Amino acid sequence: MKSSFPRTLQTAVIILVVIGLVTLALAGYFSPVTNWFSRITVNAQTWISDRYMAVVDFLTAPRNVAALLQSNTELEAEVARLQTQVIDLQQQVTETNILSALVDFARANPEYSYKAASVIGRDPSPFLRYVIINAGSNEGVLPGMPVVTDKGLVGRVDAVIGEAARVQLVTDAASAVDVRLQASNTEAMLVGSVTGELSLNMISQDAVVKAGDVVLTSGLGGTYPANILVGQVVSIRKLQSELFQQAAIQPNVDFTRLQFVLVITNFNPVNIAPLIGTPGP
Amino acid sequence: MRRAILSAILVLGLVTMLQISIASRIMLLSGNVDLLLLVIAAWALQERVQAAWIWGVVASLLAGIVSGVPWFIYLVGYLSVVGIARLLVHSVWQAPLLAMFAVTFTGTLELLMLTYVQRTIFQVPLAYNEVFSQIVLPTVLLNLLFAIPVHTLIRGLAERLYPEKEMA
Repeated sequence: MKSSFPRTLQTAVIILVVIGLVTLALAGYFSPVTNWFSRITVNAQTWISDRYMAVVDFLTAPRNVAALLQSNTELEAEVARLQTQVIDLQQQVTETNILSALVDFARANPEYSYKAASVIGRDPSPFLRYVIINAGSNEGVLPGMPVVTDKGLVGRVDAVIGEAARVQLVTDAASAVDVRLQASNTEAMLVGSVTGELSLNMISQDAVVKAGDVVLTSGLGGTYPANILVGQVVSIRKLQSELFQQAAIQPNVDFTRLQFVLVITNFNPVNIAPLIGTPGP
Repeated sequence: MRRAILSAILVLGLVTMLQISIASRIMLLSGNVDLLLLVIAAWALQERVQAAWIWGVVASLLAGIVSGVPWFIYLVGYLSVVGIARLLVHSVWQAPLLAMFAVTFTGTLELLMLTYVQRTIFQVPLAYNEVFSQIVLPTVLLNLLFAIPVHTLIRGLAERLYPEKEMA
């Protein structure tokens, strides 16, 4: 059976209907329908996408956590290594500064030869204020040699072995150093104590001593070279009933933080004991 | 005997290095802990060890080398510590920590007194009250504080060097 409409007419009707629909759509008559449709489509698409990403996250997340943990561990190790490096470098800077100051001191006092040494220990007895340095007779260090830093007088070498020496600090109770007060040019005796404090004895009653006066070695006695800085006067004790004044001294050197010292190797201490003699009968 | 001497030299050599490089810098007023005394006291208090006197002699020699105090002072002091410890361990004391405290206290006082007398004989001016408050009391306190950890460490060392089976 043949269609009642010719084929051409069918095509023309379809085209007209399509054009009409397009025209109506462009004119906005289908907006509610298209909005409803697009909303459903977008929601469905969003739901599918979210579920997909959730599945992907679920499948890939454990691997990422492991990778992150590994990365974190590596970074922590790196941070620790860098912190160690920073501490090492800070230590080196500190040591360089100290050594630089020692070099400056040696340049400022070229009349002496110096041997630099590190402080590697302290005497185990609490009665003694001695330190042990890592330079000994192999480096030309001998008993009696004075020991200084850029800040001033430290002490003198007490005993020596090949690679190390023991230094008696001026703060030791058995230490006695001939000094002079720079301002008044007065001689005095610097002595240590069990507590590590320094004091000046044998200051003449006539001498004018003030807090802040600089104390230098006098060179008398031949034990230490002259004009090495020792410290400053902190307080004075002057009693008319006593033969001499006394003074407390703040040392220029921080003896609790001694790290590096210089041994004066070309100073020969003089032994004046035979000149003192003993009282006759 | 050979093992005792070797172990004494090794352990006490290490302790001496720790003493002069670290322990002597940790000061309370003017006092500091005496690790060598604590180690030989703890060692002599271990019933199983038989070389305590050798440890005392080695410790004295090592201390005499590094210190300005004459070696014979340490020899008398440390051997007295060993003697007191052996006396306690062989007689009445069964409380090891109490015995350690007793030996530490008496040994520290004795060694400090010997040093004080030696320094006084050599005409070093030392004020008695200053010595007592600045050196004796802080040193005794520090030694008593360090006595327990040192005793624990040395007991472990003695158990390793002298296992139970060797006691028979």
